[in-house]
Amino acid sequence: MLKTFPKGGVHPPENKITSSKSIKRMTVPKVVYVPISQHIGIPAEIIVNVKDTVEIGQVIAKSGGFVSSNVHSPVAGTVTKLDLIIDTSGYKKQCIIIRTDPKNEANFQEVDYPLIKDITLEPKAILQKINDYGIVGLGGATFPSHVKLSVKEGTVLDHLIINGVECEPYLTADHRLMLEKAEEIIVGIEILMHALHINKAVIGIENNKKDAIDIFKKLTQNNEKIKVAALQVKYPQGGEKQLVRAILNREVPKNGLPLDVGVIVHNVGTIFAIYQAIQHNIPLTERVVTVTGKKLENPANYWVKIGTPITDLVNEVGGLPEGTRKIVNGGPMMGKAIKNTDVPVTKGTSGILVINEDEASRGEPKNCIRCGECVFVCPMGLEPHLLMNLSEKGMYEKASAEDIMTCIECGSCSYVCPSHRPLLDYIRFGKQIVKKLNTAKN
Amino acid sequence: MSESVLYSIFLLASLGIIAAVVLYLVSKKFYVYEDPLIGEVDAILPAANCGGCGSPGCKAFAEKLVKTEDISDLFCPVGGNAVMKMVAEVLGKQVAEKEPTLAVIRCQGACDVRPKTTEYQGPRNCAISAMIYSGETDCQYGCLGDGDCVAVCKFDAMYMDEATGLPVVITDKCTSCGACAEACPRDIIEMRPKHKKDLKIFVGCLNEDKAGIAKKSCDVACIGCSKCEDICPKDAITMLNNLAYIDPITCTLCRKCVEVCPTHSIIETNFPPKKVKKVEAIVEPEKIKTDA
Repeated sequence: MLKTFPKGGVHPPENKITSSKSIKRMTVPKVVYVPISQHIGIPAEIIVNVKDTVEIGQVIAKSGGFVSSNVHSPVAGTVTKLDLIIDTSGYKKQCIIIRTDPKNEANFQEVDYPLIKDITLEPKAILQKINDYGIVGLGGATFPSHVKLSVKEGTVLDHLIINGVECEPYLTADHRLMLEKAEEIIVGIEILMHALHINKAVIGIENNKKDAIDIFKKLTQNNEKIKVAALQVKYPQGGEKQLVRAILNREVPKNGLPLDVGVIVHNVGTIFAIYQAIQHNIPLTERVVTVTGKKLENPANYWVKIGTPITDLVNEVGGLPEGTRKIVNGGPMMGKAIKNTDVPVTKGTSGILVINEDEASRGEPKNCIRCGECVFVCPMGLEPHLLMNLSEKGMYEKASAEDIMTCIECGSCSYVCPSHRPLLDYIRFGKQIVKKLNTAKN
Repeated sequence: MSESVLYSIFLLASLGIIAAVVLYLVSKKFYVYEDPLIGEVDAILPAANCGGCGSPGCKAFAEKLVKTEDISDLFCPVGGNAVMKMVAEVLGKQVAEKEPTLAVIRCQGACDVRPKTTEYQGPRNCAISAMIYSGETDCQYGCLGDGDCVAVCKFDAMYMDEATGLPVVITDKCTSCGACAEACPRDIIEMRPKHKKDLKIFVGCLNEDKAGIAKKSCDVACIGCSKCEDICPKDAITMLNNLAYIDPITCTLCRKCVEVCPTHSIIETNFPPKKVKKVEAIVEPEKIKTDA
């Protein structure tokens, strides 16, 4: 019996169309739009001016505080504008617009970096470098990695968990990365274990990625410290709390972090970015993006420079098919529809999903029939139907008492609801208000 | 027979007496003194419990009025000056006289001038759609059209105009309690003084985008051209972030700004129509300009 988390969860059709397609390098865009707020926390501060020439990897916006992150130039070129551009949030946000210099060869070079296994840096220097090179959690939440790794002294840490679950349907970015950069990821894990003085690491991979499991099992055969855990396919196993429960059978306390049970969780993409930063001094300026959709001509995985407009990505796979109704940034479960295709790729973009009109519409909401499906599938053990009603009626105190804040917004409840009720919409709304009330109280 | 009747009368009477004594003692023990003035003031207040004064209800406001030394900052928008005057008489305190205000909708982005570029299928609720993105049109400042303001209005003073998709304030019913302004996630509702005959001039737009972008998303957007600022004889108009704002106190309602606005984003209400000749002369060239 494969491991998994016990409470709730759903199993939507996997649709991993691009899982056998190796990661291609995306054509370097002519213009990149780099938002200064690609992470959770304080936006970075712009330190370049219009008409400045920038090199690849040059810091163009500096971290604005502790919970913030540096932003580096993904291309060599000239800063043409500092302007407001609609980003993935649906609102206009400050962006640095850089025109790629077509004469600069650095833009088009494809370097094959050799695998460097020796870790020479001290733990402190490693953390500093992760901060300097703008590494954020690439699983989607974009939480600055150095914050996650700044563990208070005295905290007992015994496990590092590597999240290679990729439970979102359609997305295959992490899967391909694990297949193609397995050795680098192992080194990345060793770097983090060295930095955090942890002796055990577990790579969690769902069983629909058997090839990745095999590769890592082979690589860790003689390794006492790193293990691979094959997991049952179930959404939302990629959630930190669910993953810790599945692999180590430890329950993360509500409103707590995996840190409270001695665990730190990182996504494979982040681990690879850390490897690149520490061993090759490459800041986070590109990431793997899955461009997928049932009707697309050539859905594929790409190495994409941060700031590439999604239009370019869509053109690369053969343009938008007829009858396209929705374009989602991320996967179908947690992703967010974008307003137009000029939106740039950010550090948090794991996939672009193009949805056709026959699958794009939400059903007409009807009355709740008290079937209890939402309660059954909630991985946090909440009562989504109740939380929705409480937020709708404005009973925020009660919603807070019913633990609305522990909701991880996985959307399983909305997914299963036979009455198509907008459960997550209202819960998210309620969470926002409860958060405001709580901050007002303190 | 008579014995049992007497017996029950006696029993009930003694029970009653015991209960009365207990109740008397309890009420003495837990007696809370309340200033009789509070009740008196509460009776004067309009009992709308709208929260427009900042207190959770009329009773709480009455309590605040009685307990606060200087009540010149406190005001009941529903009752207005008349009620505040009565309160002042009862309490023997000074109240400030305020010019009555009205809620105005600072957005004219009706369906025909502000085209929809996306489709939203979530719950029809401004707060939720504002949380998700900038709305169905390309203007991220204007009305979302889901009627959160109408839903919170306790005086039935608002409705959604189906033709334009925008809320409308019924000026006679509006008490200026401010609930709608609070509910609006875009902050497009402003309380502005209710002049004589409800004459008002204000900029019906909050778009802070640059001219081209603003105009592209909405035909009646303020493009920040500063023409109104230049023509205003009283310097009542200020430009900030590509957007004009008319200060209601300095404005003398001369209507010069309304005439020069190339996108007709300045709204005038309840003014008598100007002479036909003059209107034509002004409107025509503007039209040509905007079309080009």
